[in-house]
Amino acid sequence: MSDPSGAEAGGALLTPLADGMVSRLGDLTSVLRAQGTRVGVGELLTAVRCLDEVECADREQGRMALRTVLCSERVDLERFDLAFTAVFGDGKVTAPDPLSELGAIEKAVLPSLAMADPSGSPAQDDAEMLPAAWSDAELLLEKDFARYTEAEMALARELIARLARRHPTRLSRRTRPSRRRGRVPDLRHTVHASLRTAGEPLHRRWRAPTERPRKVVLVCDVSGSMAPYARMLLQYMHACVTARRRVEAFAFGTRLTRITHELAGRDHDRALDRATAAVTDFSGGTRIGAAIAELNRVHGRRVGRGSVIVILSDGWDRGEPEQLEAEMARLSRAAYRLVWLNPLAAHPDYQPLARGMQAAVPHTDRLLAGNSLASLEQLATILEAM
Amino acid sequence: MTLAELQSVGAASDALAGQGYLADRQLAMAVHLAVVLEQPLLLEGEAGVGKTEVARALATAVGAKLIRLQCHEGIDLHHAVYDWDYARQLLALRAAEGGVDEGELFARRFLLRRPLLEALESDPAQPVVLLIDEIDRADDEFEAFLLEFLSDFAITIPELGTIAARRRPIVVLTSNRTRELHDALKRRCLYHWIDYPTPERERAIVEVRLPGVPEAVAARVVAAVSRLREQGDLYKLPGVGETIVWAQALLALGDDASLDETLGVALKVHEDVLRVRERGVLEGV
Repeated sequence: MSDPSGAEAGGALLTPLADGMVSRLGDLTSVLRAQGTRVGVGELLTAVRCLDEVECADREQGRMALRTVLCSERVDLERFDLAFTAVFGDGKVTAPDPLSELGAIEKAVLPSLAMADPSGSPAQDDAEMLPAAWSDAELLLEKDFARYTEAEMALARELIARLARRHPTRLSRRTRPSRRRGRVPDLRHTVHASLRTAGEPLHRRWRAPTERPRKVVLVCDVSGSMAPYARMLLQYMHACVTARRRVEAFAFGTRLTRITHELAGRDHDRALDRATAAVTDFSGGTRIGAAIAELNRVHGRRVGRGSVIVILSDGWDRGEPEQLEAEMARLSRAAYRLVWLNPLAAHPDYQPLARGMQAAVPHTDRLLAGNSLASLEQLATILEAM
Repeated sequence: MTLAELQSVGAASDALAGQGYLADRQLAMAVHLAVVLEQPLLLEGEAGVGKTEVARALATAVGAKLIRLQCHEGIDLHHAVYDWDYARQLLALRAAEGGVDEGELFARRFLLRRPLLEALESDPAQPVVLLIDEIDRADDEFEAFLLEFLSDFAITIPELGTIAARRRPIVVLTSNRTRELHDALKRRCLYHWIDYPTPERERAIVEVRLPGVPEAVAARVVAAVSRLREQGDLYKLPGVGETIVWAQALLALGDDASLDETLGVALKVHEDVLRVRERGVLEGV
C-alpha cells in the first residue's frame, strides 16, 4: 500500500483541518467513487491541502477548490456537483438553523448524507438536504456565542484570528515614491533623474502618502449580563492585540480596567487568564457611564483623536443615563468612528429600549450584533472599509 | 555654572532654580543622573507640568546650546537628520549644463542640517542639550531609528559617510503618552514622571516666575487650582502653565478680579467650566 513515511507526511498535512471536515471529505470521495470517478489518496491529500489555502468558512470557495482538485474529466464535473450537494447540502441555510441548537456531540451523530422525504411531500424547495452547512466553520458562523461548547470555542479561534487581522487604515503624512503622478513632488529622485538628462529635470518624480493602521480601541463589557459573550469577545480582543499594532483593549463592569498589556502575548489561554485576573469586577454590575467617563479622563490621551472605538456591551446600565449620554457625546467627538456591538441586537425585533442604549445610540455611528462570528466578520468588513 | 559643576543633586536643583525652574528632589536627581551618566532622560507627565521647560532651564543653566527636535506625525530622517537642498542642486545642474558629476552635487554645500545632525556636529567646546519633544507623536519606524541614534550618536549619510558626535549631547525626551513607547527605547533612557507640584511648591513657582506678585494673589490662584485638581471628573486639569497665566490675569485685572470670570484661563473644556460653576467649586477662594 502506501509507504509509512508518506502516511506520516499526510498526517502532518491533515492536522490544521478540523476532524469533521476530513471525515466529510472522505464521504465526498466515496460518493464520487460510487459514481465512477477515480479519486485516490493523492487527490484526497491535495484536497485537504487546498482547503487549508482557501477561506475555510466560505462554502463557494471550498466547492470550487475541491472541484478543481477532485475532477479529472468533464463527466466528473456533473458527478462532483451531485456528490457535493449530497454531502454538504445545497447551501441554503434555513432561517433558524436546526443544527445550531445542537452541541458538537449531537452534530457528530447526525447522518452526513441526507435522504429524500419518504412521504414524498412536494415541499422540495429546501427541505431535501438537511445538513445544509458546508462545514463546521459555517455552522459556527451564525451560532450565538452564548451557546458555544468548549470544542466550538477552540474551533472558532482560528477564524477569529483571521478576522482580527482586518483593520482600518488612514493616510499617513509619511510619503513614499510613487509611480503615478501625484501632488507631492519627489525632488530627491527628480534630481537623480535629471543627472541623466544633462541637468534638465525632464522626468519629474512624485511621492504619495502611505497608509498606516488606524488606532482601534476595544472596550468590552464583562458584567453579569454579558457573561455568556465576554469570553468570546475577549478572545477577539486578544487576537486583535496580538495581530496588529495600535490596538488598545479595556474591560469594564462597574469600573474600567486597561487590559492591553495583559492580552499581549501569543499564548492565548495565559493571556485570557491574565486579563481575567486583572479585571476585578468580572460578572458584576454595570455602570457604563462611569466606565466611559474613566476612559475619557484617565485614558483620554491614549484613546487620542481619530481612533475607531468599538464598544461591546448589551447596554444594560445601572448608572445614570445622563452621565452615559454626556460621556458618549464626548467620546464620539474625539473618535473617528464609534461602533457599538450589542449581542441583543441580533434579534430581528430588537429595539434599543434599555435606558443605557437609548442614551448611547445617538452618538454611535454603527450598531452591530456582536453575538456570533458572522457579526464579528461584519465588524471586520466595516473596519477594513474605514 | 558649567556642566562639570553639576556634580550633585543639590547642584542640579540649584542650577534649575537659578533659571526659575523649581524642581522637586526626584526630578533634580533624574537630571543629575542624566548629566553624570550621559544617558538620555525620558520625561512624562500631564500636559502643562513643565516637561519641555526642564531642557530649556538645564541648557541655559549650564550654558549649553539647546537644540530642539519637535516630533510630529510622519516625521522621518529628512525632517530630523538631514536633507539635500534639491532646489539649489537643480539650479547648479542647469548652470553647469550637465557638466556636474554626482560627487559635486552631493557635496557639503548642498546639505541641509536638521536638528539631530546639528547636535552631532556642534562645536565640542560648548555642550549641547538635545530636546526631542513629544516623541510619542512620531511613528514606530522613527522610534526605531532614534533607538539606534541614541546608542551610537552617529549617523550615516550614504553620499558623505558616517558622522559621529564630537561630544555626546545631553538628551531629554518628552512624551505625552498618546501611545506606549517601545520598551527598547525606554530601557535606554532614565525615566521620570513629572507630577503636579504641591501647593507650597506651586506658590514658590508662581513667585519665581512672576517676580513681585502679591502673596495674596499667588495664594489665591494656587488654592483655586488645587481645588480644581481635586475634582475627580474634569476632562482636562489645569497645569502649572495655567496657574502662572491665571496669576498674571488676576494681576492685570487688579483688585476687583474674580476667579469665576477668568475661569477660561484654567479650564478649556466647556463641560468642565459648567460643572465647576454649577458646584460652586471656587466659592470662598
